[in-house]
Amino acid sequence: MKIFYIIYSMSYFLQQLINGLQLGFVYALIALGYTMVYGIVRLINFAHGDVFMVGAYLGFYALSLYHLPFPFAILFAMTGCAVIGITIEKMAYRPLRNAPRISALITAMGVSLFLEYFTSLKFVFGPNYLAYPTPFKVCTYQIGGVCVSNVQILVFSVAIILLVLLQFIVQKTKTGIAMRAVSYDKDTAKLMGINVDFITSFTFGLGSALAGAGGVLYGIAYPQIYPFMGIMPGLKAFVAAVLGGIGSIPGAMIGALIMGTVETMCSAYISSTMRDAIAFSILIIVLLVKPTGIMGKMETEKV
Amino acid sequence: MMDKSQFPIPNSQINLSKNLSTIVFIVAIFIAITTLLSFGVLNPYWIQIIQFAGIMTISALGLNLIYGYTGQFSLGHAAFYGLGAYSSSLITKTLHNLGFASFIIGLIVAIVLVAIIALLIGLPILRLKSDYLGIATLGFGIIVKVLFDNADAVIPAMGGSRGMLGIPKFTVFPLTYLFVIAATIVIRNFVFSDIGRACISIREDDIAAESVGVDTTKYKTMGFVFGSVFAGVAGVLYAHLYSFLHPSNFDFLKSIDVLLIVVLGGLGSISGTIIAAITWTFLLEGLRVILPPQILDWRLVIYPLVLIIVMLIRPMGIGSGMEFRFLRTQNDYTDKKK
Repeated sequence: MKIFYIIYSMSYFLQQLINGLQLGFVYALIALGYTMVYGIVRLINFAHGDVFMVGAYLGFYALSLYHLPFPFAILFAMTGCAVIGITIEKMAYRPLRNAPRISALITAMGVSLFLEYFTSLKFVFGPNYLAYPTPFKVCTYQIGGVCVSNVQILVFSVAIILLVLLQFIVQKTKTGIAMRAVSYDKDTAKLMGINVDFITSFTFGLGSALAGAGGVLYGIAYPQIYPFMGIMPGLKAFVAAVLGGIGSIPGAMIGALIMGTVETMCSAYISSTMRDAIAFSILIIVLLVKPTGIMGKMETEKV
Repeated sequence: MMDKSQFPIPNSQINLSKNLSTIVFIVAIFIAITTLLSFGVLNPYWIQIIQFAGIMTISALGLNLIYGYTGQFSLGHAAFYGLGAYSSSLITKTLHNLGFASFIIGLIVAIVLVAIIALLIGLPILRLKSDYLGIATLGFGIIVKVLFDNADAVIPAMGGSRGMLGIPKFTVFPLTYLFVIAATIVIRNFVFSDIGRACISIREDDIAAESVGVDTTKYKTMGFVFGSVFAGVAGVLYAHLYSFLHPSNFDFLKSIDVLLIVVLGGLGSISGTIIAAITWTFLLEGLRVILPPQILDWRLVIYPLVLIIVMLIRPMGIGSGMEFRFLRTQNDYTDKKK
């Protein structure tokens, strides 16, 4: 009977909703990189989840080795990831811009494997699990029967600040307008005098920086990191981007929040071992019902 | 089925009796390897690797049919590989008194099961295109892996995340070799049949194919089911080679491995796929032997680097647009560069 009481109690549901949104915001930070890169170069950047992992490690070293305060640690991770993202784009993807799309995709997988195994080497990050340091004392607040920890507040606020900042960059700045133009029609954008190479690099840098921030937040919220930690969150964030309509920035945010919430609700109410299966079943169903995702725009087929 | 007279294909099927040099070549390789084995030049470890290369070849030929010829992007190949492995192992483990006959029954059950599941999954999701199809198949692969992880709750013999133990070892070198040869011939004849041509037309342009009367749904599904069955057969051989199965052997990365082989080999090239599957296996295993123990960790760092470099140098894959002579036809349209 107690079980029934728990399941039907409202506060339990709200608690899970908050946990789900926490995960969703981390996914959102990763998913935005996927969706922006896909919008510009039509490439599923499989290495993105590993950039997220590198971000988590950079944050780890900044916090535990150099004892930087949290805002600087997250900036450090974001800068590092942006540099890595731009390097990957320049070295691996740019030479393949006119090759078949599958070649770029395979290269992305190669980069992903390279990052995973290279960082597993002993002199890089090492293959072991590491406990993430918390930059402050964790405390929880009771608000109407729901526990909210300061870690959760931090994740929410940092994620929301970054998302607002991103919206500002994309909607208001000149670079952002150029980004949207390139994503809309690359050739016309080039004719209008937009430096497509720069915009592509900028997009990779921006997406990777967000993933880096996501990595640090993930590390603080779920304090355990290892070199292969990026695979699953990366895949799920990608699924979230597809769910929201790949190429659409608000879509990626909504998709990620749905994905995080669904996953947490599944572990809470159904079964934690089956949660991935349920999350991906929802993906398949959404794709079958609305193949372009929630916010995706239909592309007309040209014959 | 299309009317054959509408699309005549002269001399399209392999006829081994007219292809003496090919038979000699196939038999010579077989004799060479068995001789090396009986003189102890190749230890059991290497013969296992050779067989694994054969298994990867069969699986990759299946994906080449789905992606390389029919043009349907699949990231869930390992799911069918796993379904074949687990279903046949359940049969051979329960019917172990029957000896080799249990293997045959297991093989047939695996093929039928994989074909049915591929049909049920393929019919709805093959409506999706390119990346979206890739993601849907990726999702299917992860769902199947999670089900393997939790299978012991329903079927205790499957072992769930602890792995499935004690599968009888039926896969021996001659058997694997026979399967690889058979798979090559079947794929080759499938591709050059009227069904195969319909599949290729869908890859080239599905709207155009539909406009000339090709039932795209039917041929897409056919290619998908057929290719998945190859993965299932590879899974059967795999299970009875290593006699141990674990869900992690069938995860997302295993689907990627097969995709890498197909793309590296060159899409729509049977020869390329075979070469790439063998090279891939021996590259990974060979690095284990060549590298000194201090830098053995670098093995899996070198491998993606090789992958990236090959892709940068030859974006179309190593064997794209070429085919061994015995796999060609007189008027070979896949042979010409577009």
